[in-house]
Amino acid sequence: MLAGLDGDAAAHKALLTRLSAHLRAYFKTRLERIGTVPADAEDLVQETLIALHTRRHTYDRSQPLTPWVYAIARYRLVDYLRRSRGSAMDVPIEEAEKVLADEDPSSIESSLDLAQLMARLSPKARQAIQFVKLDGLSISEAAARSGMSQSAVKVSVHRGLRALSRFATERRR
Amino acid sequence: MKTDELIDVLATNLERVKGGELRNTVMIALAIGAAAAFCFLLAMFGVPAAAPGAEFSLIKILAMAFTLGLVAAGASLLTRSARPGEPGRKPLGLIVLLFLAIFVAALLTLVLTHPADWGAIVLGPQWAACLVCIPLFAVAPFASLVWALRRGAPTNLVRTGATAGLVAGALGAAVFAFHQSPGSIPFMAFWYGGPILVCSVVGAILGPRLLRW
Repeated sequence: MLAGLDGDAAAHKALLTRLSAHLRAYFKTRLERIGTVPADAEDLVQETLIALHTRRHTYDRSQPLTPWVYAIARYRLVDYLRRSRGSAMDVPIEEAEKVLADEDPSSIESSLDLAQLMARLSPKARQAIQFVKLDGLSISEAAARSGMSQSAVKVSVHRGLRALSRFATERRR
Repeated sequence: MKTDELIDVLATNLERVKGGELRNTVMIALAIGAAAAFCFLLAMFGVPAAAPGAEFSLIKILAMAFTLGLVAAGASLLTRSARPGEPGRKPLGLIVLLFLAIFVAALLTLVLTHPADWGAIVLGPQWAACLVCIPLFAVAPFASLVWALRRGAPTNLVRTGATAGLVAGALGAAVFAFHQSPGSIPFMAFWYGGPILVCSVVGAILGPRLLRW
């Protein structure tokens, strides 16, 4: 986590991958226990990963990591339950078995559609995310291509990710 | 979307995170809120005739200490509640202690004075002004604190909202005390402490709506 905060992308990626396995197990057991279908577990995993990423500045370096991660996961779960109350009960039970039988976690698709979420961003933020996060251009390359200053690109990426995080959790009504 | 793809997107061109970002945001919000509340004061009462600070009574210092103490303890509690999973509520004890101290002092003052004078002491001059102005001056600080907290990740929205309301109310009271000292300690306990608590309750009600993320 600390290396990730300091900008080490490989460490950040390894951390998020490991956490995603923990989060998947956490959300599946929680959703099963409440009696809802765990089909949405992968959505919750991804919403939580985005939240962990966009709000990683709220992690206090002197504190243990686990309570921070689970406080965010729990908040996302409670928020999800509040939003999906009622509609969650409509899912047929056969679908649940299909999801449970699915063993390989890397092949599970969530209902989150990045292209759809991106379409709601402002043009500036969409372009910045496309260049920096999807195409993997460096900040200076993205700045040159979009005609923005480097700090403007960084701000746009930052704001764009926060907006994506918001869209991802708002889409369930 | 597959989770692995999402992780790739998030980790591409990873930005560094500076330490202390959250605390700085809260501090900036406090400064903006205080400045805005002060502008409200100037707009309502005009520029004071005497130079500010010319009149330094004990009661004014006490009012400043009480309200600014609440702001400081509340701000520290706010930074904590914007961090998920953060243990420790030490500042909460300090807030309770400040309120206890002021109410005990108020009771002592009342006990030591003749009951016939109680009405004059407690109602004092301008109690209605306190009741109106403190919440009014608290609006701008509350808005700026909500802006700051939305940049954090509060997980208990009622508690965070209540704390934000308390800090905003205390800041509003501090600005008001700058204009008009309370007449006595019991007056301060009722007409400063009361509106601050009202602000806190309003904050607790608004918190879950304004602070969701």
